[in-house]
Amino acid sequence: MIWDLHCHLSGVDGDTPDLRMANLIRFADRMGIERVVIFMGFPWSHDPSPDDLRSQNDQVLQALSHWHDRAFGFAYVNPKHVDASLAEIDRCVRDGPMIGIKLWVAMRCSEPAIDPLIARCAELKGAIFQHTWHKVNGNLPGESTAEDMAVLASRHPTTPLICGHTGGDWELGIRAVRAQHNVSIDLGGSDPNAGMVEMAVRELGPERVIYGSDAGGRSFASQLAKVRSADISDEAKSLILGGNLKRLLLPILHMKGINP
Amino acid sequence: MIDTNVYLSRWPCRRLPLDETAALADTLRAAGINQAWTGSFDALLHKDIAAVNSRLAAACAKAADLLVPFGAVNLTLPDWLDDVRRCREQHNMRGIRLHPNYHDYTIADPRFTELLDRAAEHQLIVQIAVRMEDDRTQHPLLRVPAVDLAPLSAILKSHPTVQLELLNSGRDMTPAVLRLLAECPNAWLDFAMSEGVGGIGQLSSQFPFERILLGTYAPMFSVESSPLKLEESELGNALRERVIRANAETLARAARP
Repeated sequence: MIWDLHCHLSGVDGDTPDLRMANLIRFADRMGIERVVIFMGFPWSHDPSPDDLRSQNDQVLQALSHWHDRAFGFAYVNPKHVDASLAEIDRCVRDGPMIGIKLWVAMRCSEPAIDPLIARCAELKGAIFQHTWHKVNGNLPGESTAEDMAVLASRHPTTPLICGHTGGDWELGIRAVRAQHNVSIDLGGSDPNAGMVEMAVRELGPERVIYGSDAGGRSFASQLAKVRSADISDEAKSLILGGNLKRLLLPILHMKGINP
Repeated sequence: MIDTNVYLSRWPCRRLPLDETAALADTLRAAGINQAWTGSFDALLHKDIAAVNSRLAAACAKAADLLVPFGAVNLTLPDWLDDVRRCREQHNMRGIRLHPNYHDYTIADPRFTELLDRAAEHQLIVQIAVRMEDDRTQHPLLRVPAVDLAPLSAILKSHPTVQLELLNSGRDMTPAVLRLLAECPNAWLDFAMSEGVGGIGQLSSQFPFERILLGTYAPMFSVESSPLKLEESELGNALRERVIRANAETLARAARP
């Protein structure tokens, strides 16, 4: 069983969300991926306005509409617009089919302004995915690092959080979140460097490591290869490729009456 | 399969799971690779390039059925021409692998065109490693930009007998440069760093598939990454067969007719 935590409509051929979703699933099928999680529409916006959020989430809702047996969605939110983001969580997660939230680069997640969004999503048992990257050539002004993620996690120690991209520079990211046991890492969106998964399993344990691709910007293939080629047990690979994500999502899936 | 992008020895910034030659060779064979064009990570920073190439040749000789050495030449070192000669005459190498960015010159440098002349004379394939890693995650004191490919198409057109393969060029290949290189029959590409869902299918629509080559960039990258990209892309068996083997054979023949 392979579940992919991290997919987008961006970078996939097609003029509409429906066409892009169909193409994404076509390639997922070729790689044996059973379920994908998608978030954010197109074109991307680093600092989305309330209207942008609604528009991008509408695109994802449309993309999901024909693929509820194959795809899940996270709502795109922005801590600079707390009320609008809370409304999107209610619309898309509480009252809609989505099962988590995605935070990108509008504001660093160490800022307390994010807390109401984390709390609301946690109440709904939704997944919380925060993009992180540590770029030696400079982050965007609102772009979180894995260290920011650790700060956030320490303020919400009982809320499961997902550290997107493992901080990008994974040798730093793994160390940054190591002590925060409520943080899992997303493997997606970096080069298929050999040794990444081995270090993650060694330092965090296999239960905190989740396969994601960052398709369509990345190939499913290169990201799957990180896990398939890793020198870890088959049991660990099974957890990383789907077991951990399924365990993380089951509370909200059950609340919604979904038994995957 | 013929893998045109493999390295031996140590990556300077961390140990890699397969940086012992025997283990790497076993893994390549298990992945179905029966020929690997192989350079050395030592070439990036070592100044005694002749010793690097001798060690590479010796290491490859221990797995001669698989590993084909591609020696290094650093055009900023004194008497670099002799390294070219040794690659061909002493080690009987089929090609050389250049790292212009780590060696602090550009391909617009007149020494580069002189190198191409000598390579053609010695019937050596020339590879350029465009980048070695994501520039966002480099060591803060070892930040090396990608090779600027803008001048390359004009240079290759003026050196039609040299055969040149770009390794790890994916993210640095602008559509304009790719279009110009597509018109150069002596330009070849691997796809170790080409990305995007169905990405190799997209690449083959922009660049002649007859000149796209398999490169895993092992052991830096997971050996399975590039072969899996071929599975993901809808290439068809005939095209896939070209990419995994026949194109590399064609390149080798073109360099040494």
